[in-house]
Amino acid sequence: MRNRQKNKAEQHHSLPYLGFPRLWPYIRQYRGRIIIMVVMGMLCSGIDALFPLFNRYALNHYVGEKTLDTLVGFVLLYIGVLLVQSVMNYYSTYVCSKVELWVGRDMKNTVFNHVQTLSFSFFNTNNVGYIHSRIMSDTDRIGTFVSWRLMELAWSLSYILFIFVSMFMLSARLGGLLALLVPFTVLFVIFFQRKLVRLHRNVREINSRITGNFNEGITGARQIKTLVVEDVVQRDFEKETAAMKRAAVRTTRTNGLFLATVTMMANLALALVLWRGGKLTMDAVIEIGTLSVFMSYAIGMMDSIQEVIGTISALIDVQVNIERVMRVLDTRSDVTDTPEVIEKYGDTFHPKRENFETLHGDIEFKDVSFQYPDGDELVLEHFNLKVPQGTNVAIVGETGAGKSTLVNLVCRFYEPTKGQVLIDGRDARERSQLWLHSNIGYVLQTPHLFSGSVRENLKYGKPDATDKEIIAALTLVSADGIIERLGRALLEREAADATAGAVSGAKSSMPADVTREAAMVKGLAADVGEGGDLLSTGEKQLLSFARAILTDPAILVLDEATSSIDTVTEKAIQDAIQVVTKGRTSFMIAHRLSTVVDADVILVVLDGKIIESGKHADLMAKRGYYYQLFTRQYQDDATQQAL
Amino acid sequence: MKTREQFPTKRSMLLHFLRGSKKYFAVCLGAVLLATFFDLIRPKIISFTVDAVIGGDAAQVPAAFTGLVERFGGTAGLAAKLWIVALLVVAVALLGAFFRFLFRLFNSKGSETFVESVRNGLFRHIEHLPYAWQQENQTGDIIQRCTSDVETIKRFLSEQLTNMMRIVIMIVMSLWFMSGISGLLALLSGLFIPVIVTYSMFFHTHISRDFREVDEQEGVLSSIAQENLTGVRVVRAFGRERYERERFEAQNDVYSNAWIRLSRLLSAFWSIGDVISGLQVLTVVAVGAVLAVRGTITPGEYIAVVSYNSMLVWPVRGLGRVISEMSKAGVSIDRVRYIMNSQTEQDPEDAKRPPMDGDVTFEHVSFTYPGDAAPVLKDVSFTVKRGTTVGILGGTGSGKSTLMYLLAGLYPLAEDGGHIRVGGVDIADIAKDHLRENVGLALQEPFLFSRSLAENIGIAKPGADMKSIRKASRIASLEDTADRFAKGYQTPVGERGVTLSGGQKQRTSIAQMVIRETPIKVFDDALSAVDTETDAKIRQALLEESKDSTVIIISHRITTLMHADNIVVLNDGCVAEQGTHDELRAAGGIYAQICAIQASGMEDAADREKTAGGQPADGTRKGGEQDA
Repeated sequence: MRNRQKNKAEQHHSLPYLGFPRLWPYIRQYRGRIIIMVVMGMLCSGIDALFPLFNRYALNHYVGEKTLDTLVGFVLLYIGVLLVQSVMNYYSTYVCSKVELWVGRDMKNTVFNHVQTLSFSFFNTNNVGYIHSRIMSDTDRIGTFVSWRLMELAWSLSYILFIFVSMFMLSARLGGLLALLVPFTVLFVIFFQRKLVRLHRNVREINSRITGNFNEGITGARQIKTLVVEDVVQRDFEKETAAMKRAAVRTTRTNGLFLATVTMMANLALALVLWRGGKLTMDAVIEIGTLSVFMSYAIGMMDSIQEVIGTISALIDVQVNIERVMRVLDTRSDVTDTPEVIEKYGDTFHPKRENFETLHGDIEFKDVSFQYPDGDELVLEHFNLKVPQGTNVAIVGETGAGKSTLVNLVCRFYEPTKGQVLIDGRDARERSQLWLHSNIGYVLQTPHLFSGSVRENLKYGKPDATDKEIIAALTLVSADGIIERLGRALLEREAADATAGAVSGAKSSMPADVTREAAMVKGLAADVGEGGDLLSTGEKQLLSFARAILTDPAILVLDEATSSIDTVTEKAIQDAIQVVTKGRTSFMIAHRLSTVVDADVILVVLDGKIIESGKHADLMAKRGYYYQLFTRQYQDDATQQAL
Repeated sequence: MKTREQFPTKRSMLLHFLRGSKKYFAVCLGAVLLATFFDLIRPKIISFTVDAVIGGDAAQVPAAFTGLVERFGGTAGLAAKLWIVALLVVAVALLGAFFRFLFRLFNSKGSETFVESVRNGLFRHIEHLPYAWQQENQTGDIIQRCTSDVETIKRFLSEQLTNMMRIVIMIVMSLWFMSGISGLLALLSGLFIPVIVTYSMFFHTHISRDFREVDEQEGVLSSIAQENLTGVRVVRAFGRERYERERFEAQNDVYSNAWIRLSRLLSAFWSIGDVISGLQVLTVVAVGAVLAVRGTITPGEYIAVVSYNSMLVWPVRGLGRVISEMSKAGVSIDRVRYIMNSQTEQDPEDAKRPPMDGDVTFEHVSFTYPGDAAPVLKDVSFTVKRGTTVGILGGTGSGKSTLMYLLAGLYPLAEDGGHIRVGGVDIADIAKDHLRENVGLALQEPFLFSRSLAENIGIAKPGADMKSIRKASRIASLEDTADRFAKGYQTPVGERGVTLSGGQKQRTSIAQMVIRETPIKVFDDALSAVDTETDAKIRQALLEESKDSTVIIISHRITTLMHADNIVVLNDGCVAEQGTHDELRAAGGIYAQICAIQASGMEDAADREKTAGGQPADGTRKGGEQDA
């Protein structure tokens, strides 16, 4: 899948795609500043072209005529021009940075916000890393392009323009001669630029292979050691590093040749000036000062040409970034609310919560047929199921059998291809997604916590929850012990820090008189780490239960954890499930026996389709697939328990 | 753990890795000297041309060149043939460009050779570090040290150090050339250098904190986006899109504003730098004009001095930044040094290489993982007679995999941790590579290399041909899998290839073990994801292939274990029962109980399910097995 994306991107790269018009909405509001920046940049480079003329004056007037009459004025004017240039320089680069960051910021916001509205089919076909790069790095590149690259282009072009105007005014013959060198330089630069792009890409590829090798050498350490293949992997690794060395040196060689060529062109220009200009000077057609101006220009000209072409190739490169961003922005959500629904209930970012009805919890699948947008067959066909309020539905099947489909439909992450999902008797599409989501509690198989404190995470679904409510929810799922422990650990650390400050070396003692409640409140402030990494999987699971229950949702969706967790936590989770599903409409993607046995309805999924359904006893009596599944699991569990 | 450090200082490590590249850097130094010299010749030629040729002042011809000039018909003759001078400019430029190219090339050769030796050294070192080290250190962090820190060190050498060299040479030489024309002008120009360098260093040292701040803010923004995307289901399910949006936008503002503040400082820095450099140029231009008017210097010399001075401007401005950035490399060098100074696995001095086809005995083996409080193995003793098969049955966390890691020497046993012997020799006295070459370990969750399937199997036996790979696959029942792929054995697997199922991975691991033909073979739950029939087929094929092997099979399946010559039941790190299938069944302990469960028909299971549901196990499963 990733390959497909890559190919697509490369294909587009070679197409003459011009994305610049689409950037207009983002730079429009900064156009005034961009104009200021470009104009000032051009003036600055004009002044750069002016400085050799000061030199000319000094040579012609002072040195040539042996007088120092205007020297004070000369120095003052020089300083004046210098100061003017510096101030403009300061302004234009500052404005340039602002434009860079503002455009980048606006685009980041736009892409991020757009992604918030996209449906799950988008997330299933694009991995997180890919989307993340679109939000963070492509937008940066575009920002840099519309600011610095644009300014560099303006600067270099106007410098070239200024010096040619100046040259032609001083001596048209000499100027014309130098102009002849320009096309050759341009051709050389283009030739090398192309080569260098290829070489750089090669270096990057080898670099990522080397990183991959390091990764393999570390994560595969057990295998490498027990197979005693250290030397084999080392040899292979050394092949890569040797290839890297060759590629890097070759790149530098080409780059060195490139720079040498540009230098040579500059010196060729200088030689031409000396030869023809020297002649003109001797013939008194031009003065010695003019000759020196030409010599300065000859050297400066080639760098600017190189700069211009560099910018143009950057312009080609940035097309890819624009195109990638636009592809995300052009993606439309599969699941959208109708204008009428938005009118009444508001949109994703501006909900009208006052119009939200209470959700009771009756759900019905009515003649539902469903096919995933990227799939090629119907996974549900004319499916009918009534789930009255308070029913516990368990969905079982092998890993990868497609157990999430029903849940995805209930949550309206996808919409039925045909038929309806009725919520409290009305089509789900008659009310907004946000209304539905506000009434669903969701616990993932791999629990996802955000970095921050326990409190911040639990309040995620209910921002106005009080500590008391939070602790009540935690207690309900038996997670109170966790935060008490976290709280005590935090207090202990604080006490240790305090004593370390006062009496160094004194062993800190835990204030024993801290009440359980106080410790728990303290524990709410504990940091859970990035993605909750400071907690165990089981603990994360319990916290996400508490988070779901805190909103008191009418519908609860649970994706039971498959990863091995310790027995005590497992028991706690089993109990938590019992508690939280009581009296609620719940959908449980189940992996463990106890939950399955107690469910009101069990749906058995095989190859994406529901092949059996009913109560546990009925399904066992049927001796079908469920029976096999159950028996096998039972044996494994029994063995585990006996040991 | 650290008995001695290989590299006590930063310098010692750099010098170690520079061993093969010093010569390149020496060439580099020579090249940059010559390149700078030729670059600085050019203004001399111009000066000569302006004064002697165009100005017609024969007195300006340097004494050493009078003969040469005469050959071309004196200054007047040269004036008629100005192209000779032009050619000279091109020739000198060509030489300058050539040496500059040489400088770049050898700089690159030197630094790439250096980096190659750092990478190879790091990789080799990491491969030979104890397994415990790999477990203790975060993979991401190690990789970061091996990639971006190495890159920083390379930049330090190839950009900062050589740039500094280049800049210093440039400054010294051009000041020297200038002083040949006018000591006063060289002094005036030289006075600006400490001012500019100090200004730039001061600025860059102070701004590094702001740079870090911006980096951190970007990191926060990036992880908000990252968490939003990975947690998209939670965001949607709680309907918190608006909150996410506000959070992202707020942080985006914080980040952008921090950058804008920083770039304001940068803009000011550049502009003030422009003014100082501009004043340096002006000073030389104005004072030079005065000197030229007074006749102290000629017009040509004036032009030369002005261009020497302008050649100095950029290098001097860069020097401050280079110096302040060089200090950052120190941190990276230390981060790499940490890896290089970690102690690798060591064999005892008189390591033995005994024949490995004897009995394998575990004697009072106890083991606690480094950093853990509770032991995983407590006083475990049993013997695997040569050429026999022993089955081990144990729950998760009972320490059975640990036992096998100990046998393969992945962890050393403590002084009082008992002994493991092969043919009577303590494995602690056996050379590690010899031990591992003779203990084949098929793993439950094996790691596949990013190579073809054939290479994954063949890697275990250097020089293995396709025939033996096929044979090993056949024994491991992997042939069908390979045949089903369009590219057969050449199908790439691992991280960048086809994802194999758990069972396929296990069978690959078994094939690796088979092809190695080790006298001791261990199945560390390596048949768990394979169905019962294939399981039996593999064991049967293996038995036929290597009758003399000493085999240890770890499994949950009674059918896998029942034919073993001896079965050991591990419970909570201790040997709970031991004996043959029949003996243990008769004994009526844990084994018999499990036997009953697994032998019982579906009828039985259906009956028991009512009581089994939700019952907690009796605490035998605490502690995770460290096999990740």
